[in-house]
Amino acid sequence: MASWHDGGSEPERSSLVRMYAVTGGRTAPRSELAMEALVSSATSAQLGTAFTREYRAISELCRQVRSVAEISALLAIPLGVARVLVADMEADGLVRIYQPQLEAGLPDRSLLERVLSGLRRL
Amino acid sequence: MDFAGSSGLASTKIVVAGGFGVGKTTFVGSVSEIMPLTTEALMTDASAGIDDLARTPGKTTTTVAMDFGRLSLDHDLILYLFGTPGQHRFWFMWDDLVRGAVGAVVLVDSRRLADSFPAVDYFENAKLPFVVGLNGWDGQFPHAEDDVRDALTLSPHVPIVRTDARVREAVKGTLISLVEHALMVRTHP
Repeated sequence: MASWHDGGSEPERSSLVRMYAVTGGRTAPRSELAMEALVSSATSAQLGTAFTREYRAISELCRQVRSVAEISALLAIPLGVARVLVADMEADGLVRIYQPQLEAGLPDRSLLERVLSGLRRL
Repeated sequence: MDFAGSSGLASTKIVVAGGFGVGKTTFVGSVSEIMPLTTEALMTDASAGIDDLARTPGKTTTTVAMDFGRLSLDHDLILYLFGTPGQHRFWFMWDDLVRGAVGAVVLVDSRRLADSFPAVDYFENAKLPFVVGLNGWDGQFPHAEDDVRDALTLSPHVPIVRTDARVREAVKGTLISLVEHALMVRTHP
């Protein structure tokens, strides 16, 4: 467990300064996480107070599959911070990440075809 | 990392760009299954080359808000629509936005065509497939497609479609045009 886990004794308000404190000042995630990458909780148990409030909130939120962008929006944390937290949580085995499948940086053809038929069915 | 292969869960995105007030969030909201959400990205010193921070001493970060919606296309496929501010100074964020995107819709109000120049330029340079969505007002399209094509100096292959950001079917049709275009570009680059 990283040293910045402070056992839940944080103040109630999430300031931006605090956000960067919880990420240890890092803004680049370990993996290049797409903002539309999907995240789901890897554990059905509630995270205890040994974890930060953000970890607990993300774990709770991702009982339903959510994108990194949704995590950022719903928890009112900047996108870059959400990326760092999600990447760290994956490294700790707390969430699963489903990155978009790309082919030379582009969505592959079969995905485009699925999107097209999905839109037509709406 | 390819986690999606094993589970089948997949997501992708479409970018919705255009000038301020052209109806991007309305467009997204017309088809989204959730109320459009807002995510904020911070522009820090590292990405600030394009903004003249010297004029605002002491200011090192700017917050840029993006509205987005979500559309489940299948039990295991989610499409996100990201509306993005069209100004040049937000381009640092667009690189991140367009990476892996299906393509973009440039929403255009034909009375304020100049507002869409930056988006058109950007997507052409980025080689991201895009369509121009002429947003009509109460069914009125004061300028013909050809005039818009000339004014925006669009290549002949870029589709221009009439749309109405408030109407679900019209928005859906615009998205379908974009994906068809993206598939065609892929087949005949």
